[in-house]
Amino acid sequence: MIALNVNGEDRSVDVPDDMPLLWVLRDVIGLTGTKFGCGIAQCGACTVQLDGQPVRSCVLPVASVGSRHVTTVEAIGATQSGKKVQQAWLDLEVIQCGYCQSGQIMSATALLDRNPDPSDSDIDAAMSGNICRCGTYTRIRAAIKQAAKA
Amino acid sequence: MSKPSSSTQKATSRRAFLQGSGLLLGFSMLGAGIRPGFAAAEPVEGDVTAAFSPDAFIRIDSDGKITLILPNIEMGQGTHTGEATLIAEELEVGLDQVKVVDAPPNEKLYTTALLGGQATGGSTSMRATWESLRKAGAVARTMLVAAAAVQWSVPVSECSAKLGVVTHQPTGRQLAYGALADAAGKQPVPSDVKLKDPKDFELIGKSLRRVDTAGKVNGAVIYGIDVRVPDMKVATVAACPVIGGKLGDVDETAARAIPGVRDIVKLDNAVAVIGDHFWAAKKGLEALSITWNEGVNAKLSSADMMATLKAASQQKTPIMARQEGDVAGALKAAVKTVEASYELPFLAHAPMEPINCVVHVRADECEIWVGTQVPTQAQGWAAQVTGFPLDKIIVHNHLIGGGFGRRLVAESVGQAVAIAKQVSYPVKVIWTREEDIQHDLYRPTYYDRISAGLGADGLPAVWIDHVAGGSVLGNYIPGGWPQDKLDDDAVEGAAKPPYDLPVIQVDWVREDPPVPITWWRGVGPTHNVFVVESFMDELAHAVGRDPVEYRRALTKNQPRAAGVLELAAEKSGWGSPLPAGSGRGISLHDAFGSYMAAVLEISVSAAGEITLQRAVVAVDCGIAINPNTVEAQIEGGLIFGLSAALYSGITFSNGRVDQSNFHDYRILRNNEAPKIEVYHVKSLESPGGIGETATVSAGPALANAIFAATGKRLRSLPIDRNQLKSDGADKTSVSMVPPLAAPLLAALVNSKERPETGVETEAEAL
Repeated sequence: MIALNVNGEDRSVDVPDDMPLLWVLRDVIGLTGTKFGCGIAQCGACTVQLDGQPVRSCVLPVASVGSRHVTTVEAIGATQSGKKVQQAWLDLEVIQCGYCQSGQIMSATALLDRNPDPSDSDIDAAMSGNICRCGTYTRIRAAIKQAAKA
Repeated sequence: MSKPSSSTQKATSRRAFLQGSGLLLGFSMLGAGIRPGFAAAEPVEGDVTAAFSPDAFIRIDSDGKITLILPNIEMGQGTHTGEATLIAEELEVGLDQVKVVDAPPNEKLYTTALLGGQATGGSTSMRATWESLRKAGAVARTMLVAAAAVQWSVPVSECSAKLGVVTHQPTGRQLAYGALADAAGKQPVPSDVKLKDPKDFELIGKSLRRVDTAGKVNGAVIYGIDVRVPDMKVATVAACPVIGGKLGDVDETAARAIPGVRDIVKLDNAVAVIGDHFWAAKKGLEALSITWNEGVNAKLSSADMMATLKAASQQKTPIMARQEGDVAGALKAAVKTVEASYELPFLAHAPMEPINCVVHVRADECEIWVGTQVPTQAQGWAAQVTGFPLDKIIVHNHLIGGGFGRRLVAESVGQAVAIAKQVSYPVKVIWTREEDIQHDLYRPTYYDRISAGLGADGLPAVWIDHVAGGSVLGNYIPGGWPQDKLDDDAVEGAAKPPYDLPVIQVDWVREDPPVPITWWRGVGPTHNVFVVESFMDELAHAVGRDPVEYRRALTKNQPRAAGVLELAAEKSGWGSPLPAGSGRGISLHDAFGSYMAAVLEISVSAAGEITLQRAVVAVDCGIAINPNTVEAQIEGGLIFGLSAALYSGITFSNGRVDQSNFHDYRILRNNEAPKIEVYHVKSLESPGGIGETATVSAGPALANAIFAATGKRLRSLPIDRNQLKSDGADKTSVSMVPPLAAPLLAALVNSKERPETGVETEAEAL
């Protein structure tokens, strides 16, 4: 059994040590907001936060999480920056199909938590790991800036 | 498994939609009729006649709930918002007062007029429904107002509706739609309703909030891949890596030893491992030792396919798409001829949500949860695989995490049903990204030869475009596409360029590749407009004229094309100086009923790396139902097209796809995206399609910008950066377009006549 803290809740899961956190969240715990896109940390759809740091959960063995707190998109709205990011996403109509946006929002929130006033190059560095196939990039950039001001 | 999602609720059947009380109107996308749903015991289902085939419904319950049941699938393109806006405009309700629900599959009830068969694609949704949805809203409102007038015993003319409430103007009495719904359902359906003058629109033309996004910021919405039903297991699958190959032997020993692996299921051409979760299934699949019977395509390569296509283009008799004027004569009279050939690659769709499908095959029925653009095709696949009648196949359609054409094919549903059929429990089949890239149905490869004879004014006196490639439409026609018949998709964007071209010939040589193909965002125009607009640029440069000025001279009788051309040129600062190594490229086209001009500004480094600086897009899509959605589709469509032009190409070696995931099938990333500005040409024309329009613009604007920045003309996609390195010579003229001799040029027009000497050929004039 592996102990995890997910969205503030202590859990214990009976899974192999090497099972990526993504599949523990989706298939065992039932939190499906975190998405599978590539399985090789290329697209960022699976981004969650460990103690506030964005990580690619599709390649993160669950046993390596340890005591760090896992935050997923289902709970990010409870944080101040998460709420601002979600609101900016809606206000600027960032979203199209929406599938990648869980990961985008998790990356953007982590960026604002460590850098409340990001420049374009800060946004480039923080967001280039999150692919959006609908091509919502220009609005993502604008929404991060709007959330920073909110 | 904990907490199965709400989608485990029993299917919302057609009948459930059509039962109850209140006002229910079924209506047709074609506008062929509108009638109440509750009028008969079996109101609509038993009453599908040629004269009246409803494909959408408005339902107003007596508690005031307003539901729109719409056959077009929401996959991010905003179609539900647009369609709801049209109904709400005439129904006199706010967009926040309605709920949009996907229609369950029924070919007869929900056939989309332009596509034939229940499908969402080809940027058809808003075009098909512009009239009929507004009419349906007006009919419902008229019946509600009539019911209020009866109740108050006042003339209808004294009553008006606003925001879901009918008001008797002289007395100020009010009744909400919910309170009127039952009575309205008994009112006669008006045969004719007057639609609002566009100047009175209150919702159409405004950038209203989308109806589908709130649950997309907190993980709440359920895509197909998120569905969880009780006792469900998870499978992943490997199909034969060689196209058309079959499964041979499988050694299961190691896989069976992996904890969580439950079953191993063999299909004719694939093997699946089912586990307690995806990880067990994936580990199990990797542990299988599989022998494949590779079949006839074991040696297939991209180079061979392109060689076959080129030979077909030269040797096969083409099917004429358009021929106007004296082509041979005009060619003979031309003072200069220019010709070029272009190559386009196979493309994968790679939507962010990998292919998936949840299936439960029971003793006598099959239940499916999936996001698809073609729910009736999915149902058909399941019926074929299970042998059950269609009414025993229940399809729950879900939001789609990107379609782009991939989900216009439901073959993966057939595969998932074939897997689930072999076990007793429900199975969620998820393809890995590698499986998705390597077992897609691809946008076909094309080889097009194009030429023009220029008059003394430097403009094309004759234009000849020979398209060569496979028939996509053939995949959708039972028995395939007839060999001698034109597939309009193959020449869409080539047959009618928005230019004054008095003498024109466009034809198509069909050469179906031994690779499964289907539509890809932008369909025919994405390929053809790349050729047409690249070549238009070549012509301008061949006679030393500015590309915008050249197009201006050719759009004197094309007011909508000229309108977007001028707007894009003005807003982009066309002609203003740029630093060395930078350039602007323009493309102009009309497709899907919309006109678009795009100017792309780029810079190219000495190492051949391209930076996308800025894109300026001018669009005339008729009335923009929701301008913000139009802009979002243009931004996203442009990036989609730029992604493909810069990076995407599927190649084959030994019958296998060479690419496998986003590291080698690259997608444009946030730091690479240009600034994008969108400008509207105000228009009162009927709405044009917009979901694919900017994808079409991207490739040619990029190629033309590269030429402007470097002087190098790239005639194949994706862009080959090696050719843009400033240390090397321009390799394009030798490697891509072998100079054509005059006799060959004459052969281009498919005339039996041999050309007379004296036809001046200036191929490679660039």
